[in-house]
Amino acid sequence: MMPARKLALFLLLAPAVLWLGLLILLPHVEILILSFSERVGPRVYAFGLGNYLEFFTEPLYWRTFARTAVMSILVTALTLVLAFPIALYIARVAQGRLKAMLLLLCLLPFWVSELVRTLGWMMLLRETGLISYLLQRVGLASQPVEMLYNDGAVILGLVYGGLLFMIVPLANALESLEPSVVEAGYDLGGSRWTVLRRIVIPHATPGIVAGSIIVFMLTVGNFATPVLLGGKNGLWFTEQIYAQFITRFNWPQGAAFGMLLLVLSSVIVWLGLRLSGQSLGTTLRQA
Amino acid sequence: MRAAMAPSSDLDLLSVTKKFGSHSAVDDVSFSVTQGDFFSILGPSGCGKTTLMRMIAGFEHPTSGDIRIRGKSMVGVPANRRPVNMVFQSLALFPMMNVGENVAYGLTCRGVGKAEAEQRANRMLERVGLKGFAERRVTALSGGQRQRVAIARCLVLEPTLVLLDEPLGALDLKLREHMKIELKQLQSTFNTTFVYITHDQSEALVMSDRIAVMNQGRFEQVGSPRELYHHPATPFVASFVGETNRWTGEGTGGTRIRLASGGEVQGVELSHAKSVVCFVRPEAIALSSSEESLSSLPNRFAGRVSAVLFDGANSSLLVEAPGFEQPLRAVLPQAGPLAGIEVGAPVHIGWTADAMRVFAA
Repeated sequence: MMPARKLALFLLLAPAVLWLGLLILLPHVEILILSFSERVGPRVYAFGLGNYLEFFTEPLYWRTFARTAVMSILVTALTLVLAFPIALYIARVAQGRLKAMLLLLCLLPFWVSELVRTLGWMMLLRETGLISYLLQRVGLASQPVEMLYNDGAVILGLVYGGLLFMIVPLANALESLEPSVVEAGYDLGGSRWTVLRRIVIPHATPGIVAGSIIVFMLTVGNFATPVLLGGKNGLWFTEQIYAQFITRFNWPQGAAFGMLLLVLSSVIVWLGLRLSGQSLGTTLRQA
Repeated sequence: MRAAMAPSSDLDLLSVTKKFGSHSAVDDVSFSVTQGDFFSILGPSGCGKTTLMRMIAGFEHPTSGDIRIRGKSMVGVPANRRPVNMVFQSLALFPMMNVGENVAYGLTCRGVGKAEAEQRANRMLERVGLKGFAERRVTALSGGQRQRVAIARCLVLEPTLVLLDEPLGALDLKLREHMKIELKQLQSTFNTTFVYITHDQSEALVMSDRIAVMNQGRFEQVGSPRELYHHPATPFVASFVGETNRWTGEGTGGTRIRLASGGEVQGVELSHAKSVVCFVRPEAIALSSSEESLSSLPNRFAGRVSAVLFDGANSSLLVEAPGFEQPLRAVLPQAGPLAGIEVGAPVHIGWTADAMRVFAA
């Protein structure tokens, strides 16, 4: 009886253990080890902190790093502000089929590959693109307008890509708010703003934090959007990792960058949880 | 007009109607509640009482008619500007705030400073018997304590009117009995006008100064608990308020009524109607083991006990008697000689002519 049970437990856990072990834990251990190896001669490597020192001494690297962090936080905040009213509408106003329809509409763009979606934005924003053309036709611009290859375009693309992942946990959190609690908020004299600030937002906090973590992580680790929409001005940290691994063939340097990015997102997520007073457990349940 | 001339009334409804599509949830309802009254609206679920209450609170708007509070029309005034506060069925305490913040919420909405709001909330908590609970989470309270927080949260605002939407529904029986008394005491110490809606006639009878019985969007009768119980104006009120025996029959032109099941009973009013409904309260039916002791009663029947419904002081008997389709229900005094009666025993029953209420059906 007992061995059979143990075997069953083992078999049930096996896929998860294999997944975590082979695809997540093992590569990261490998990368961690790699990041501490310095090239001392052709095909000769030694343990050292050189790759990390290189990051701090070369301004391009840490500036790109800091820029990625700040822009990702900005993108997350913008996504939250945009997603909140949408989620509020889906959760509290829309009923039945309309609700399902609206969620489907949010999901629809994700049926297309991220690359194609981003190319779609390029077609709209480029100098000879649709928006530029329309602006000229209406008379708001006298010559073709280039809207690609700047921070605005990068932020636009990243916010667009993150919206769904913010809306779903937010709508989930808002849906569980009892209607009579909101009514009580008004009944006792609260204005719309008071009810939002003191009742709706505190109730939705786990959803806000969950959505923000997901969007932040997706944004920090995004590659295609900043490269395509930002061009040379994209300067996303993932590009540096790509360059080290693929262009320069400097794997130890790329590994060190990879570890730094991991530390960055972990620290910011931890800070976010601390500031909002949420625990990781409740947040994960909401997502 | 009427409201303006009677400043002692806190709430006046004038021909209030609320339609959802073609269905009238509330149909031409008018009433007044005097200052300091405990007024109940009693009715079965779906009778429109919740809609009526939500219109007074400001969450629904009447299709026609006027709602006045202390003579001021509330039409177009949003819920957060009305001098009315509501205790919700689910209580709707704010789970994101502690007890003190829940009570202080309304005060801070009015712009009262944080320190003063806290002080007033604490004083209010003390008055409802929750001294020292301000820092507790609302989820850490018992049902009765949550109830008191919900009421304190309203009373701290000193509203003209407190609306209560079946707040005792979720409590267990023992606590509900206790809270009935407590609510009534709170209401009289604060001397605030309470409008209480319920489907539970015993809640309404115990607590209210006046009760409106509502059915299908209309008021059937408005009166004191005693009036409703002893002098119901309609068959609906007679059967909805309190336990009762009910028979259908036809008038004979005199004071006697021939029941559909064959028996004949004696009332006080002349009845010519082709079909009538008669009601007799279980406590109006006298029980005896001998026929002689009931000889003064115009309605006398010999029967057999078909069931003993023992419930302490509320015990009753079901008696099968010839001429009646259903067994008659009669209160069985536990201090009386018949307290130990068993099923199947013969028993004599009787009631006076004026104990019976007769309505044309």
